[in-house]
Amino acid sequence: MKNAVDVQNLSKNYGDTEALKEISFSVGKGELFGFIGPDGAGKTTLFRILATLLLADSGAATVEGYEVVKDYKKIRQIIGYMPGRFSLYQDLTVEENLRFFATIFGTTIEENYELIKEIYSQIEPFKTRKAGQLSGGMKQKLALSCALIHKPEVLFLDEPTTGVDAVSRQEFWEMLKRLKTMGITIVVSTPYMDEAALCDRVALIQDGSIMQISTPYEVVEAYPMGLFSVTSTDIYQLLHDLQKLPQAHSVFAFGQAAHLSYKKENVTASEVIRFLKETGHEDVHVEEIKPTIEDCFMELMQGSEQANERTSGRADK
Amino acid sequence: MKRFRGFVVKEFLHIFRDYRTLLILFGMPVIQLILFGFVITNEIKDARFAVLDLSKDETTRQITEKLTSSGYFRLDRNLNTYNEIEEAFREGEIQLVVVYEPDFARRLERDHVANVQLIGDASDPNTANILVNYASGILTNYLLSMNAEVIPMKIVPETRMMYNQELKGVFMFVPGLMAMLLMLISALMTSLSITREKELGTMELLLASPLRPMQIVVGKVFPYVFLAFINACIIILLGWAVFGVPVRGSVGLLLFESFLFISMALSLGILISCVTNSQQLAMMISLVALMLPTILLSGFIFPVENMPMVLQWLCHIMPPMYFITAIKSIMLKGNGLFFIWKETLILIGFTLFFILMSVKKFKIRLS
Repeated sequence: MKNAVDVQNLSKNYGDTEALKEISFSVGKGELFGFIGPDGAGKTTLFRILATLLLADSGAATVEGYEVVKDYKKIRQIIGYMPGRFSLYQDLTVEENLRFFATIFGTTIEENYELIKEIYSQIEPFKTRKAGQLSGGMKQKLALSCALIHKPEVLFLDEPTTGVDAVSRQEFWEMLKRLKTMGITIVVSTPYMDEAALCDRVALIQDGSIMQISTPYEVVEAYPMGLFSVTSTDIYQLLHDLQKLPQAHSVFAFGQAAHLSYKKENVTASEVIRFLKETGHEDVHVEEIKPTIEDCFMELMQGSEQANERTSGRADK
Repeated sequence: MKRFRGFVVKEFLHIFRDYRTLLILFGMPVIQLILFGFVITNEIKDARFAVLDLSKDETTRQITEKLTSSGYFRLDRNLNTYNEIEEAFREGEIQLVVVYEPDFARRLERDHVANVQLIGDASDPNTANILVNYASGILTNYLLSMNAEVIPMKIVPETRMMYNQELKGVFMFVPGLMAMLLMLISALMTSLSITREKELGTMELLLASPLRPMQIVVGKVFPYVFLAFINACIIILLGWAVFGVPVRGSVGLLLFESFLFISMALSLGILISCVTNSQQLAMMISLVALMLPTILLSGFIFPVENMPMVLQWLCHIMPPMYFITAIKSIMLKGNGLFFIWKETLILIGFTLFFILMSVKKFKIRLS
């Protein structure tokens, strides 16, 4: 048995809505595996099935070799699960929460303190404060501490960084990297694409289907387009006008800049500058850049949306 | 076992953190007992009445005196015409009017029949009934004492109200109140506390942990057994100290029956929480399905024997009726287990039924 998580043709419907459509993937031991996708893509459903909290309609899944349906009791002993919503007791203090989760897993804070030390030490000064009064970043550290306190073999984190400030998000991912070095398999989901680059492998999930599974490096390498980062004084007008550029493949806002993708060798930077000057833009900068993982996912998702539109369009006729 | 203890400790923390609910839980029995004991009462004392004496002789004067000296009535005013009767009632102070016909004493002597009219304010039918009965009783007594010299034979009924000689309402309310409050604390509080975990999402974490369903369920009800038991003791003590409600039978048996009823209510609470997902729904079900039957269909306020057949059947499938019957029997009659084994068995049966149902319904996964 090599894989920490194995999933075969897993499907789940809620009434008419297909939350998961025949998903298959596997996560190696000690891997940091990310699920990237927008809200409603089916991430939470998948995590709940793996955490033995939901039953799939069809397909099979194992965690550390145990089947999620038959061996749910075994799985519940060896996994750490952090739901998307903050789910600790708000009326208990930080320390009481941690102690509670330690005891129900048959361990103590002291026994596994080493494992959570780096995370917990940051909130330890507030250990007598009620969990409901913590800031978002601190809540999330406490939730991670609680999910880790029994030294799980596999950690399932469902959108752990949603609603958390940028600094805390970065800290959180550094913690995950450290946990990985301790041999814990981590399966994490996030709507933030920049976090994908921090995983060993990422799966892009949309509308209940996995569109691609590869390393962040491969994702970037496979980007088929050329890419310009374009800035000018008026970003809104810029986005609008770039769409009209005949050679443009896609245009996205990216912070204060617009990312313009194009078929390679089709257009040059000076051509773009000339085009924008003609449409009345000032202070135009165009720079050839390497795609980030976000560019790649925007490209993938756009591709699938267009495919969907084509099929549904055909159905209408 | 250690896991279970950890869980119970957490439950106690929840309860003590929520001091407002705690205050209500322990304040409620005191307030309700005082309300029921002092305010809601069927006892008659100093009811105001008026007299329309159209005869104004020695006999009518004596009868009126008998009424006032009984302690139940107080003469409010004398009326002069029939027209004043309605006016007197309208003012709302008078609850009974006594009308003597003209030549009352003379007719009594000559024909051996004289009419006296008793008019009650039946906008409160129960009280009117009791007042009219009391007044008739006093009239009959007077007549008997008058005839004593004339007719040597007479039947004197001597009544005695067993177990509650003074007909105190509070004797009835204490057992009923115990049933109501134990039901409220046990069933309502447990069903709320499990559905609260579902609402806050913490149930998701508990389910994903190695805790067994039995540990979660029993850990949830454990603290409430304590609270409910303390409450039962408060009610019994308060009833005894303030209102003189006795415990004539064994205190141990009384506590045992209370424990049985608490277990029954707790298992019912768990059952409710197993089939609902929100605190609001659990609360509605608890209030409608538990509180109303406990108050109305248990013999607490309205006697079961006087209800229509259908409602009587309903009463017989509601556990509170058996509990109230049992503890009344212990507290007021001083009976032992021998007399209430049937009620005890039925309560045990209900408890087992609810527990089996809850274990069957408990979800080891999210919906």
